[in-house]
Amino acid sequence: MKTFSPGRIAFVVFCSLVLLYLILPVLIIVPMSFSSTRFLTFPPPSLSLRWYQEYIGNAAWMQATRVTLTVAALTVLIATPLGVAAAYAISNSKLRLMRIVHMMLMLPLVVPIIITAVGIFFVYAKVGLVATMSGLVLANVMLGLPYVITSVVAGLQSFDPAQEMVARSLGMSRLRSFFAVTLPQIKASVLTGSIFAFISAMDETVVGLFISGGQYQPLTKRMFTALRDEIDPTIAAISTLMTAASFLLVLIASTRQKKSG
Amino acid sequence: MLALASPALLVILLLIVLPVGWLAWQSIYHDGFTLENYRRIFSEDIYWRSFSLTFEISLLVTLLALLLGYPIAYAASAVPKGWSVLILALVILPFWTSVLVRAYAWLALLQRTGVINQFLQYFGVIEEPLALVHNTFGTVVATVHILLPFMVLPLYATMQKIPNDLMQAGASLGGSPSHTFWRIFLPLSLPGVLAGMTLVFVLCLGFYITPELLGGGRTVMVSMLVSRNVELYNQWGAASAVGVLLLISVFAIFLIVGRFIPLDRILGQK
Repeated sequence: MKTFSPGRIAFVVFCSLVLLYLILPVLIIVPMSFSSTRFLTFPPPSLSLRWYQEYIGNAAWMQATRVTLTVAALTVLIATPLGVAAAYAISNSKLRLMRIVHMMLMLPLVVPIIITAVGIFFVYAKVGLVATMSGLVLANVMLGLPYVITSVVAGLQSFDPAQEMVARSLGMSRLRSFFAVTLPQIKASVLTGSIFAFISAMDETVVGLFISGGQYQPLTKRMFTALRDEIDPTIAAISTLMTAASFLLVLIASTRQKKSG
Repeated sequence: MLALASPALLVILLLIVLPVGWLAWQSIYHDGFTLENYRRIFSEDIYWRSFSLTFEISLLVTLLALLLGYPIAYAASAVPKGWSVLILALVILPFWTSVLVRAYAWLALLQRTGVINQFLQYFGVIEEPLALVHNTFGTVVATVHILLPFMVLPLYATMQKIPNDLMQAGASLGGSPSHTFWRIFLPLSLPGVLAGMTLVFVLCLGFYITPELLGGGRTVMVSMLVSRNVELYNQWGAASAVGVLLLISVFAIFLIVGRFIPLDRILGQK
């Protein structure tokens, strides 16, 4: 920032405006959720917790919240060990086949979500998994696996496999040496991967729209249906809480990542 | 080693390979082999219009994202560390906010009684509220917002690796800042441009939530064609055929781009 040429000033202004465009819509939901009126008015009227009370007092919203939290927690519990095992296999195998396996495991990121959703709906309809908790969890495990695998593969890249070799040459089994030597050193990447799988399950909308129903509807499905009908400020309150949860989790993931160097 | 990967692989096979394969199968099989579903897509106007609209919107969104994203990525790679952390945080935080929440925020900002219209009316800029949403405009504004991080992050990853020495060398040999940028920095950042554009374009082709909520029923993108054929008309064959064509488009793009830059480099950003 030595010279203040017109070009440089224009560049700084342009970048600031783009950054504002990025962050403003995410922040705007906060004042909306604390507004006392149904319609967002400018200048903002008085503050109230009305929409948060509406959310907490509504049995359907609460049930949907329980479903979302349960699904996200179960997704992490299942996707993390499956993803860590797969990432370990990918990093330690020189088989050509493993590269194909790795690419297949990334498929959920590549296939457009609407196709995945319709396909799963079709298969679930045949086997009776539509509108069930297990169906919802399974689909989210599939969608969360790439996040765990990507993060752990990256973690294993900076880990020296010779350490595990030493442990094994001293008589440890492969499994024990993994848990005693390898896992403690890649735990930050495992945590990051599972946090992203949790956020992915919490935010997942499209697949849930097709395969969930009855008492097992996640929060996002109820929000989507409500949004199609009218603008209900209760959704601003829920959105604020969801965004706060995401920010908090990303913050934990990034500080952990830094600590492990 | 393969055994260790097999549980994860099984989940992928059962929940994505099998369902998508099944969709492909029923797009060509209905009491015998038939290409009727595909014939319809190519002959009926509504399908054709939706496909061309989707490609147009995706191209527009990709170019806008590049226009907005390149300067941001450049700034993040050129400023001192503290500032670049701040810029990246402002890019990553929206990235990890639910797409649904962001679509809702845009709805609240752009609608007739929304923040932007109220703001402009309050200051007397406009008399009547502008139609900013429930059209293609609203869809594009929100989609660019949602996909912008997918442009900035691969761009930043590439720019960060461009050695500063090169620019200094260019300058010491008498190149003006703009000359060294156009002749050295820009060409070296092109792999990032290609990765970012591919990601944004492909993701936009399959976008569903934003056009559904902000398009107002008029901006019918391909993904909506799939869902409507299933939900409203119960036309599984038609939905499957549209889905297969969408999937083929996506894979074709990855395949073509994959000849220039490794695919895991594109996907690693996600």
